[in-house]
Amino acid sequence: MEKIPILKMGRFLLVTIQVDMHDQLAMQLQENLTDRIVAVRARGVLIDISSLEVVDSFIGRMISNIAAMARVLDAETVVVGIQPAVAITLVELGLSLEGVRTALDVDRGMAMLQQQLAGQR
Amino acid sequence: MAVVHRSVLPIRSQEDIVRVRQATRESAVAQGFSLVDQTKIVTAASELARNTLDYGGGGEVEITRLSDPPRRGVRLVFTDKGPGIADVGQALADGFTSGRGLGLGLGGARRLSNEFSIESRVGEGTQVTIARWR
Amino acid sequence: MTPATGRTLRKILAQYQKELLGDWLQTQLAASTLRPDLMRENELREQSRELLALLQSAAQNGNLEQTDGPEWAGIREFLARLSRSRAQQGFSSAETATFVFSLKQPLFTRLRTEFAQDAQGLADEMWIANNVLDRLGLYTTEMYLKGREEVIQRQQREMMELSTPVVQLWENILALPLIGTLDSERTQVVMESLLQKIVDTGASIAIIDITGVPTVDTLVAQHLLKTVAAARLMGADCIISGIRPQIAQTIVHLGVNLSDVTTKASLADAFSIALKRTQAKLPPQMGTTS
Repeated sequence: MEKIPILKMGRFLLVTIQVDMHDQLAMQLQENLTDRIVAVRARGVLIDISSLEVVDSFIGRMISNIAAMARVLDAETVVVGIQPAVAITLVELGLSLEGVRTALDVDRGMAMLQQQLAGQR
Repeated sequence: MAVVHRSVLPIRSQEDIVRVRQATRESAVAQGFSLVDQTKIVTAASELARNTLDYGGGGEVEITRLSDPPRRGVRLVFTDKGPGIADVGQALADGFTSGRGLGLGLGGARRLSNEFSIESRVGEGTQVTIARWR
Repeated sequence: MTPATGRTLRKILAQYQKELLGDWLQTQLAASTLRPDLMRENELREQSRELLALLQSAAQNGNLEQTDGPEWAGIREFLARLSRSRAQQGFSSAETATFVFSLKQPLFTRLRTEFAQDAQGLADEMWIANNVLDRLGLYTTEMYLKGREEVIQRQQREMMELSTPVVQLWENILALPLIGTLDSERTQVVMESLLQKIVDTGASIAIIDITGVPTVDTLVAQHLLKTVAAARLMGADCIISGIRPQIAQTIVHLGVNLSDVTTKASLADAFSIALKRTQAKLPPQMGTTS
């Protein structure tokens, strides 16, 4: 069965979503990710959705949920690489992912998490 | 207004929702939609296909490519034989949901389309039609 | 007596095509509606020849009463193309339709010769020919209007793109000076160019200057907020600047909530705060020595 890989990079987890997910796969990612956060005591999660051409309200809700659950587990979530057309559509849909931090690309998202972590020390 | 191409897809499973997205994208590309317009109608299709599956108990979508020079468009008609919607106005309001999701499905799909209409009879089913033009 | 079948009309079109073309060109070239400034004679000749040939084949195979039948598809397509190109060349709609109507004269002259002895037959055939050309002429006008619509739409699009420049003010800082009002269509263009520029430059702050926006009502404010939300999804913060006193008043009266957005009175103020923020955001090794 297909599965979305979760990479560990130091204290952070990197998830790159590259397939047009059906709903079950999205739900599974949500579960796997929270498990991994606890298992590796991650402090940050980067979700790279630069390959996603469509984000509907279901995927949007999944992203918001992941961010909220990660926060409870003491990890910050940054969503990176939202494409312009996807951003415009999300806003029109009425979904602006409030409460989720965003960055242009993985590098900037990583810098954001590092800064946050440094500030907490 | 002329019909350029027409196809019908079943909506019976979550994989079918993915297929509806792909087929809608294909039609939008064939009609020369800009990337933003493609994304808007594909997203609307995804919302409505999920509604058809979750609330209508499955159904089908008819995807039609239209030509009305100088305009070109894509029309989607989602049909189910589910329980129907008692209060369409309420269902269209943001935040209203009777299942999973954020309750943005119908209202969101309407905002992402140029044309939107819904017909529903309790106990008989629901038909939602949207169209987007370039 | 010949029954009114259009048989003679068909015969004339088939037999006298060359002569008809000659007569028709002569009429057109002598007419006051001729526009030698817009179109050369050989182009006119070629179009006339093609129309006659298409008319002949359509009349031969199709119903003369129904010019929307499949046999007439070829000539309709030709007329659509012709109308659009003439609309773009600058012909008026009357001049374009006259091209079709002017065929009546040479055609009727031929019919008169054919029916020298039969007034009833002549009247019947002329009635048919007249109807056919009227319908084709009207179709031409309709297509002409569509051609004009296309021109207007294209110009609107171009104007919209021209009116929304996104400029890079500094490393990481973009400015979007808005001039005129914001409707939903223009908002999409504004968002598209802003977001694309964010991707291209990697900017993290965008200043939206509304000095040139005459009024801000609830709808315009909503469009502004949408643009801010979309930029945020791309990881860029927005500052709205150029808020004149009366606009500030309307915003408050309308109950528009701009509290989540940084606002500044002038572009200069916005720029200085943007500079401060981007400097603060530089990674340690790139910042000033600490």
